[in-house]
Amino acid sequence: MARIRLDHIRHAYSPELAKAGNYALREVDHAFEDGGAYALLGPSGCGKTTLLNIISGLLTPSEGQVRFDDRDVTTLSPEARNIAQVFQFPVIYDTMTVRENLAFPLRNRKVPQAEIARRVDDMLKRLRLETRADRKARGLTADEKQKISLGRGLVRSDVNAILFDEPLTVIDPHMKWQLRSELKELHREFAMTMIYVTHDQTEALTFADKVVVMYDGEVVQIGTPEELFERPKHTFVGYFIGSPGMNVLPCEMDGDAVVVAGHRLALAGGRANTASGARIELGIRPEFVRVVERGGGLPAEIEKVEDVGSERIVRARLGGLPVSAIVAEGQPLPADAALAFEPGALNLYADSRLVERTGGRA
Amino acid sequence: MSVPTIATSRAAADGIPGSAHSEVALKARASRRSGSFRPKALIPIVYILFLLLPIYWLVNMSFKTNVEITNAFTLWPANPTLRNYAVIFTDPSWYNGYINSIIYVVLNMVISVAVALPAAYAFSRYRFLGDKHLFFWLLTNRMAPPAVFALPFFQLYSAFGLIDTHIAVALAHCLFNVPLAVWILEGFMSGVPKEIDETAYIDGYSFPRFFFKIFMPLIASGVGVAAFFCFMFSWVELLIARTLTVTDAKPISAIMTRTVSASGMDWGVLAAAGVLTIIPGAIVIWFVRNYIAKGFALGRV
Amino acid sequence: MEKTWNNKAWFFVLPVLLLVAFSAVIPLMTVVNYSVQDTFGNNEFFWAGTDWFTELLGSARFHDALIRNLVFSAIILAIEVPLGILVALAMPKKGIWVSVCLVLMALPLLIPWNVVGTIWQVFGRTDIGLLGYSMRALGIDYNYVQDPIDAWVTVIVMDVWHWTSLVVLLCYAGLVSIPDAYYQAAKIDGASRWAVFRYIQLPKMGRVLLIAVLLRFMDSFMIYTEPFVVTGGGPGNSTTFLSIDLVKMAVGQFDLGPAAAMSLVYFLIILLLSWVFYTVMENAGRDRAVKETAE
Repeated sequence: MARIRLDHIRHAYSPELAKAGNYALREVDHAFEDGGAYALLGPSGCGKTTLLNIISGLLTPSEGQVRFDDRDVTTLSPEARNIAQVFQFPVIYDTMTVRENLAFPLRNRKVPQAEIARRVDDMLKRLRLETRADRKARGLTADEKQKISLGRGLVRSDVNAILFDEPLTVIDPHMKWQLRSELKELHREFAMTMIYVTHDQTEALTFADKVVVMYDGEVVQIGTPEELFERPKHTFVGYFIGSPGMNVLPCEMDGDAVVVAGHRLALAGGRANTASGARIELGIRPEFVRVVERGGGLPAEIEKVEDVGSERIVRARLGGLPVSAIVAEGQPLPADAALAFEPGALNLYADSRLVERTGGRA
Repeated sequence: MSVPTIATSRAAADGIPGSAHSEVALKARASRRSGSFRPKALIPIVYILFLLLPIYWLVNMSFKTNVEITNAFTLWPANPTLRNYAVIFTDPSWYNGYINSIIYVVLNMVISVAVALPAAYAFSRYRFLGDKHLFFWLLTNRMAPPAVFALPFFQLYSAFGLIDTHIAVALAHCLFNVPLAVWILEGFMSGVPKEIDETAYIDGYSFPRFFFKIFMPLIASGVGVAAFFCFMFSWVELLIARTLTVTDAKPISAIMTRTVSASGMDWGVLAAAGVLTIIPGAIVIWFVRNYIAKGFALGRV
Repeated sequence: MEKTWNNKAWFFVLPVLLLVAFSAVIPLMTVVNYSVQDTFGNNEFFWAGTDWFTELLGSARFHDALIRNLVFSAIILAIEVPLGILVALAMPKKGIWVSVCLVLMALPLLIPWNVVGTIWQVFGRTDIGLLGYSMRALGIDYNYVQDPIDAWVTVIVMDVWHWTSLVVLLCYAGLVSIPDAYYQAAKIDGASRWAVFRYIQLPKMGRVLLIAVLLRFMDSFMIYTEPFVVTGGGPGNSTTFLSIDLVKMAVGQFDLGPAAAMSLVYFLIILLLSWVFYTVMENAGRDRAVKETAE
């Protein structure tokens, strides 16, 4: 296994696109530590699959280097890099049996027969495919086919990394949970580096130790699920993670305070250094917005209340700006409402990026 | 886990610094990926050369005089002449052959597709008494050797007084084109979800209106492909077309053989006539080039 | 797709049925009628029973033509199918060259069959044809008019020239339908070029390959126009295939009875062999699926 270092990677799909400044990946400089479970999270078209293919070697980046430990693998083939990759849609070899499918990558690498048999049997058991072992793969359900695809990656336990490209898209919801916990367990057991591409935040947050959030060809934040939740470094992260996403309110600086919709709010944690002319926004998670009687906060109009079972989501307007708040089930809502923001949970953004404030985190 | 000990074999020339932002670097990597020239590309090139060589020879001959063809072996016309083409375009017994061919081919195309459309719809949407047998029986007609049918066709169409008419050839070619058209169209139609039909009926469309307004546009490429195949097989067929015609509807390909044997060997005119029979096919291929791959898979791979 | 049972669908099939009945069933009845009768002209017919069939099945002339045709079809399939697959595999997958290749390759398919014959007849002539002339120049004794082997080679090369593109286009259609992910997965799994072909490309081409083999078999077994134009069935009878023999008999000698009997036998042979091909190839691909449903 190896530490994977992406050294100033940029990628455009053709030199013409590069000349036009149209990069699929604008700049990625990051390392995946050996044995970590990472998720690459972002909306469709943000470049996460491009990045994954650069790591696996299906793509050679236009610029920059990929290193496994100290070895430069930028131009090596996927095979030479010794990585496994699982794709979004099941890829199976129709004419082989399930067992032969799982043995295929091992046989290609001249693993001894006995070892192949042992590992394949083990994998069949883990995937609960023992009963299908000697059937042709073509007659199986989509679920089972994708399990085989996963198995072909996982059976090679000595790989440098296993890459997953939205592998659970075609799987039934109840099966998703089962397979995801199976993956977690395999990760714990073999401590393989796993990189998991998804656009589903739940999948990313439950699978990964560290989540890499991508947006528009760039990595906008890398962090644990908690960090992403509490201190989104980019308004996109705040908006993309959490349900509903973070409230982002345009505002103006006024000394140590900000002015939102005509109301002055003091900021905890000292003065913020923002460049003049920058677009300033205030971010606060709905979890940290309280709905109180008028007078206890900023006066607002409640537009509607959505009951999502365990809690309610209050959609309000603060002087024209939409604000969401999460309110516990059963808590009464005042007719004349106001919103109170928890001071410690306020994040300030200049040009969409988090403004680090002196005095640290409140 | 140790990294496999494959030597870090990046040659100095490959050592593009990560920060280097230059088109040179981009192009270097792009060309390394695709390779400047792959020997694999030779196969289609050689194959196409093999295909084009005899055609080139025909074209070459069509621009030569008979003297040059028979007396001098030249790789291209020494004295290019249009005489051979002039002969064809000024003599009605020659150029009528083209008109005849085109008329019965188009007639056949229209008839085949028109009758195949409803049948293909029935096969793709409904189950009915004997459907499988009927479909298979239709396909067996594609397996009938034209040589078997030549004589009975002659007698049948004589009985109806249809000998030497365009419609006779068009109908006779339906023997192999209708089954093919049904097969192709059925493939394309099965690719259209049935929900589309049902939605249209719920929206109050009558069957004919639905079929022409909604369904036909969806299978337009299938109709094109079917028409292409009908054109192809009707255009290239000679045995039946020649048997059923005398003078008025004689196809160009038949006129070619007859005239040549009558007037000795006028190689130049023969070649020119041959070249002219290739042109309609080439034009049609050019129009359907984007559907060829899909068309040859008959709509379902 | 779930189909609904509806016998009214017969009305949709009716036009096709009438048309094909007119252009296939009636002529076929005529053939059957002739095959059991004898005639000495003047429209007088005599019942001949199965005489023509027994005579045909015992005749050396028929056996020779049948064997010639079977050998021809076997050679054609053995050359055109692998060559077609090879060319399809080497075809470019994207860009302008795809259209160029497809258009140029499809060209021979749209040339009238007797023109195909004419092209090769001229091309192979030792006095005015590029091929024949070059062969002579290279010192090879080539003459398709007199030498049976040369005649066969010419007819086979002509058929390869004429029809291999059909196999190429069918295979190409099968190949482009394979998603990229399959090739990527194979790369990751460390599959060799051969393994990619054996386990990905060949299985995915299975269906179109079946169509290609069937079409090529049927059409090569029915071949008439092209060899007739080039060799006229000669030298001797060396390139007299079944169709050529049949037309000689029916039109040339006006032996209606024997010709009709031969037509029927010929048609049945094609049906039978096509069915065998179809069943064998379908089974090769499907046997496991059938076993599974039986389990």
